Amino acid sequence: MSELYELGVCAARAGLEKGEFSSEDLVKALIARHAEKNGEIGAYLTFDAEGALAAARANPKAVPVAIKDLINVKGQPCTCASKILRGYVSPYDATVVANLKKNGFICAGRVNMDEFAMGSSTENSALGVTRNPRDPSRVPGGSSGGSAAAVAADMAIAALGTDTGGSIRQPASFCGIVGLKPSYGRVSRYGVTAFASSLDQVGPMTKSVEDAAVLLQALAGHDEMDGTTPKEPVPDYSEAVRAASLKGVKIGLPKEYYAVAGVDSEVKRVTDEAIAACAAAGAEMVEVSLPHTEYAMAVYYIVAPAEASANLARFDGVRYGHRSARSDDVFNLYARSRAEGFGPEVKRRIIMGTYVLSSGYYDAYYGRASKVRTLIRRDFEAVFGKVDALLTPVAPTPAFKLGEVQDPLTMYLNDLFTIPGSLAGNCSMSVPAGQTAAGLPVGVQFICDAFREDKLIKIGRAFEEARG
Amino acid sequence: MEFENTIGLETHVQLKTKTKMFCSCLLKTGCEPNVNVCPVCLGYPGALPVMNKEAVKLTVMSGLMLGCEVNRHATFDRKNYFYPDMAKDYQISENGNPLCIGGGITITRSDGSRKRIRINHIHLEEDAAKINHYATTSGVDFNRGGTPLMEIVSEPDISSADEAIAYLTALKEMLVYAGVSECNLEEGNMRSDVNISIRPAGETKLGTKVEIKNMNTFKGIHAALVHEARRQRECMAHSIPIVQETRRWDGESMETAPMRSKENAHDYRYFPEPDLVPVALSEEQIAEWKALLPEQPEARRARMVEEYGIAEYDAGVLSQEKANADFFEAAAKGLDKKTAKLLCNLFMGDVMALMNASGKAIGECALTPVALNGLVSLSAKGAINGPTLKELLPELFERGGDPAAIVKERGLGAVSDAGALEAFVDQAIAANPGPVADFKAGKKAAAGFFVGQVMKLSKGKADPKIVAPLVAKKLAAL
Repeated sequence: MSELYELGVCAARAGLEKGEFSSEDLVKALIARHAEKNGEIGAYLTFDAEGALAAARANPKAVPVAIKDLINVKGQPCTCASKILRGYVSPYDATVVANLKKNGFICAGRVNMDEFAMGSSTENSALGVTRNPRDPSRVPGGSSGGSAAAVAADMAIAALGTDTGGSIRQPASFCGIVGLKPSYGRVSRYGVTAFASSLDQVGPMTKSVEDAAVLLQALAGHDEMDGTTPKEPVPDYSEAVRAASLKGVKIGLPKEYYAVAGVDSEVKRVTDEAIAACAAAGAEMVEVSLPHTEYAMAVYYIVAPAEASANLARFDGVRYGHRSARSDDVFNLYARSRAEGFGPEVKRRIIMGTYVLSSGYYDAYYGRASKVRTLIRRDFEAVFGKVDALLTPVAPTPAFKLGEVQDPLTMYLNDLFTIPGSLAGNCSMSVPAGQTAAGLPVGVQFICDAFREDKLIKIGRAFEEARG
Repeated sequence: MEFENTIGLETHVQLKTKTKMFCSCLLKTGCEPNVNVCPVCLGYPGALPVMNKEAVKLTVMSGLMLGCEVNRHATFDRKNYFYPDMAKDYQISENGNPLCIGGGITITRSDGSRKRIRINHIHLEEDAAKINHYATTSGVDFNRGGTPLMEIVSEPDISSADEAIAYLTALKEMLVYAGVSECNLEEGNMRSDVNISIRPAGETKLGTKVEIKNMNTFKGIHAALVHEARRQRECMAHSIPIVQETRRWDGESMETAPMRSKENAHDYRYFPEPDLVPVALSEEQIAEWKALLPEQPEARRARMVEEYGIAEYDAGVLSQEKANADFFEAAAKGLDKKTAKLLCNLFMGDVMALMNASGKAIGECALTPVALNGLVSLSAKGAINGPTLKELLPELFERGGDPAAIVKERGLGAVSDAGALEAFVDQAIAANPGPVADFKAGKKAAAGFFVGQVMKLSKGKADPKIVAPLVAKKLAAL
């Protein structure tokens, strides 16, 4: 029998149901694995072994899940990998956390990320380095790099990540796991520290599509505490897993994505193989067009920093978190606490966001970006009238080396293929598709229309089988 | 040169909801600091706002009363600024697309003439927390933070401090009437910022405006406007340019002083609040809220004069308090105009005196509209006399009961039978030769003595208004 920590959600549940082991056994296996591996990988920031064991004893059939460090769990830290929230202890549970607990999961351990989810390599964490388990000289991707690394290194059964412009999908691709970004509004954001409110979504990062379906089932649905979650019914995603098939499924290949220059040749190869595998499994592959794709990056880097500049204003040293010891009046308290507390990428985005919202610049930047965002959304709506899903690369490259990408703009290009869907608010998933000659994992992205996670899971699961 | 004032008001009104604007914390005053708080109103990481539908309803009702156009698709914005009284360091407000647009209110000026003050718009936002300053430190009390706050922005149609107060008084009356707000100025329920500029009489171009903040009372607003209008005229007289700025009213020195100039004005960096979806209002919803609106005091006064034949002054006093007017109208049901007038006099005099003396509002005493209607009806048809009426009222006020049943039970019915009354008069004259002699000797006042005697003999049930002429007739015939 394989080690307990190697199990995914479904396998763990099956074992727990049959009484082969208890939740406590599972947690103990993970504690041991954490002790063995975390020094090398650095996936976790904190792991409350006592708390996880107590929860496992209280619910002997519960499955532990790692939590990205920006989701509030009552009584646990929630640093967002930032110095500014050092010492903060959550006074409340996020709705996703309450949903997990209700559905037989334990929030065990908090995993690393780029500070406030801003980044694509987890190198922007102020609290530690996370390495890619497949090659520790490389980054795990980001911003949910800790989540991806924990799952890929079998240090977690599954993890929650968040995705604003690609932060679930890109690290999933880099680490060789499944990462599902739900449609905007499908999962409650209440209790999830906001980066860009109109884009943020929580999603599962797992060892299989089926695991992602089970976790999403627990997370999804309308929440009274989040006005942006519609009362859209949640389908039974296990049905979608059972219905997995690519026969007769129409998959669009957006030509603008395939015309992008600078995509790694091995990524291209793996994507081509994925296209061939889908076709071999009975899918109909068609070329489609998303004409406003080229503007997505610019729109994103106006909208997301603008929202972030307001969302991060509350970290001011007054009510919680870091307060500068050198403040003599209230405005110095703000300036110094924030100067000391935030890292360079967070500061860069706050400054960009503040600039694009400034009087006199609003119409040219934020106003214009909002209009173009509508055009991007319509591109997708039109395409989903013709095809069931889109298939694209996740990121232009496989995992790069720690410290290799220094220029922020180059780093931003990591999210080229993931950002348009985020702006449109639809759902997408990164599924492992192959690897490079050097053995680095490469995923592909499936994108489906908003609130069609059922379709996404059906196709993703079938692809998993087709790929073998 | 003659100058005229141009004044516009921005009036913040705290809405009378049970809970806060974006969370379910209770709105209670007089609590220990920071007890009615939660992650949402404290701006904790991850907390999200949820729209308080009651606040939307009260704002729309206010808009309907003021004749505003109700926005079917209002949106909210973030107004960004750093201050310790704003937990998120942005305020959720409505910048470009508010709930109510246009409208206006008619004020009555001191000379009795009327003037319409137009409303630009009404928007909904959240109130800031309260900052308390201590000897060596300051504290923030977030109990108030997140109170639903409606801002009514007038057009610059106001030309004097008096008009400004008339506008605010009319607004207050209307909002209290509809139960939208307590409008208690001491509690900070109603706060106004004013904008004032002056220009040569007849000029159409507006002068440079100055905003004044920090007036807590109508008196303060009046004084600040009078002072600022004078200051600006003095500037003009001495060729000192008026600068666009925000000034702060100092209630002690009774002066305005500069707070910040246009150059230092905040850039609030408004943008659409991504955490809230637009407020979609259906025609049915708006119609439903419209049906909840009480009749406006202005209209009610006119109708009451017409319907009950009561004096304009009385209608004004009655309709000042909605509860009083409601009670009066319920009690006046089915009465003719003459009896309604009697009812009005009784309410304005005796009932209000009883309310004052007991400190009880009309809804808190035992008197019901049905009982008062019964009492006045008995009196109108002569079934009880005036003194009995005055005797029964305090009892009904204190303990309640059915006046007709009480009259019957205690035999308080008026004696109006002429034969019986004549017999009492004859009896009184026969028994009192002394006063008869006095009367004959020319002391006409002695007649009053005989009226009193007849009242005594009838055990108070005779109507003195009938007895008096009867006595006069009998004495004259002696």
